[in-house]
Amino acid sequence: MNTQPTTPLAMQATGLTKRYGHVVALDGADFELAKGEILAVVGDNGAGKSSLIKVLTGATIPDSGTVFVDGAEVHFKNPLSARLAGIETVYQELAVATQLNIAQNLFLGRELRKPGLRGQIFRQLDKSRMRQQAADHMKNLGIRIQSINQKVETLSGGQRQAVAVARAAAWGKRVVILDEPTAALGVRETNQVLNLITRVRDQGLSVVLISHSMPDVFQIADRIHIHRLGRRAVVVSPKTTSMSDVVAVMTGALPADAVQSSLIATQPPLPSASH
Amino acid sequence: MQTSDRVRTDTGQAKIDAEPAGSPPAGLFAGLRRAATGLFAYPVTGPLVALILILIVFSVTTSTFLNAGNLSLIFQQSVVVGTLALGQTLIILVSGIDLANGAIMVLGMVVAGSIAANGDPMLGMLVGLAVCIVAASINGLIITRFRLPPFIATLGLFTILTAAARLYTQSRSYPINSDFMTILGEGPSFGLVTITYGSMLWIALTLVLAYALNQTAWGVRVYAIGNSPAAARLNGVNVNGVIFSVYALAGVFYAFAGWQALGRTPIADPSGYQIANLDSITAVVIGGTSLFGGRGGVAGTFIGALIVVVLKNGLTQAGIDSLYQQIATGFLVILAVGADQYLGRGQRA
Repeated sequence: MNTQPTTPLAMQATGLTKRYGHVVALDGADFELAKGEILAVVGDNGAGKSSLIKVLTGATIPDSGTVFVDGAEVHFKNPLSARLAGIETVYQELAVATQLNIAQNLFLGRELRKPGLRGQIFRQLDKSRMRQQAADHMKNLGIRIQSINQKVETLSGGQRQAVAVARAAAWGKRVVILDEPTAALGVRETNQVLNLITRVRDQGLSVVLISHSMPDVFQIADRIHIHRLGRRAVVVSPKTTSMSDVVAVMTGALPADAVQSSLIATQPPLPSASH
Repeated sequence: MQTSDRVRTDTGQAKIDAEPAGSPPAGLFAGLRRAATGLFAYPVTGPLVALILILIVFSVTTSTFLNAGNLSLIFQQSVVVGTLALGQTLIILVSGIDLANGAIMVLGMVVAGSIAANGDPMLGMLVGLAVCIVAASINGLIITRFRLPPFIATLGLFTILTAAARLYTQSRSYPINSDFMTILGEGPSFGLVTITYGSMLWIALTLVLAYALNQTAWGVRVYAIGNSPAAARLNGVNVNGVIFSVYALAGVFYAFAGWQALGRTPIADPSGYQIANLDSITAVVIGGTSLFGGRGGVAGTFIGALIVVVLKNGLTQAGIDSLYQQIATGFLVILAVGADQYLGRGQRA
């Protein structure tokens, strides 16, 4: 039985390590993500951001360390097990099939079948139900499109990214992880995607935003996780720490204890037998 | 069926947020291209227009082409390549290609024929079916497991199976005496018109496959994989599993094609159908399925197979040398792939 007090953390990790031969990608990294927040993860190239995200999404199994979801210890074996725990990821390369329409993309891999014999025996898709749900979902997120039957190839880069984010928000029950979602976008489209991300958070999901763009981070992040040399240097609030100080900690010009920490957890939750 | 590229404006929906990707440049040429893209976006339009044009040309230029007897004959001449091409369509939709399909079919036929010659046609049919499925699955296994390019994997299997069929039969042919094995060449006749069971089977198989591709999750995944394997994988689709299922299922169609072939000519000949692989690719490509994968379908392939046969049939009626028929078919292939390249260029991400 899980007797520990409920934690406000959607996700937590402690002491993650991962080595590739002599290369130490993660060196005792910690991580925490509060419920309903946008946590930006920033760090220089090679700081180990990607390795951290791969562990959190089940793409990599760490050599040591522990991951908790809603206070319960988890051991992701592959991306599917992370997905089943309610963690969805939007990868840097646009993860949409351009020849499929918006509804097909939202339901790809999780298609709905018609009730009764037509679904069970003849495996027939319930296209109208998927279209309806997809349209409702896009509307709830404030994504404006002409038609849910539009092929994704007819959309702009920002709209395609919006479809990918909407898909993750639709299936992620707890956490949506976004890897450089605005990297390929112009100013206006970037703003549209950033607004969409805040709406995803306002629907109650926790969001991890990996980004190189400091203006993006300071525009929407609630807290900023600064990664350096394979571990978390510090977590700061954009309200109390300036952009230049964040960059300084990232590059090592400023020691991590020179900025005000916004850590929530002081201790990892007790290990519990679940998952 | 897919909707047009240029989108309908649903009433009540908000206006578009941003410009569509790659707004075409101004000018007459761009306008023509956009019109062509819109028309050909509906996958069957292009092949259907081509088929109708060819039918009109032969009807006008020859006196023997346009009659019910000849049209039913065209169907009968289409069934073998048409059925092979159904399997080929599936494979090309996932960005693959199968050069071994004719050889797989022939091996299935000679194995079935040899067993039937020993007095058990039913067993022969079942073993022939199994041979086709296993051989096609080997393709799928090599491609998904060992990551060989489909062109190389199936080229290798084509060579091996062609030789294997001759070794197995010691280069003999098996005449088929079983009515059941040749039944697809039969059918109700109305004067000169014979609607063979093989023609009916071809239509039925096309409809079943069209249903599977358009109405099931498996079909959506086939298109998604052909379109972008990375996106399909990231979205949780078992890409290798679906690709393997495509190759294995194609084997079932090759077995049906072999049955069709025995209905056309009741001989299991190890040296027959040497270029059926190329004919099936021709039918798929002329039918508008993209060699890049992810676009097209079996309705187009059905029409594509008819186009190939109508060309041969019509040029024969017009008294034109069969070598010119081959040249005409070759031009059509280049035209079809060229149109796909040209029209698809601006759309691919």
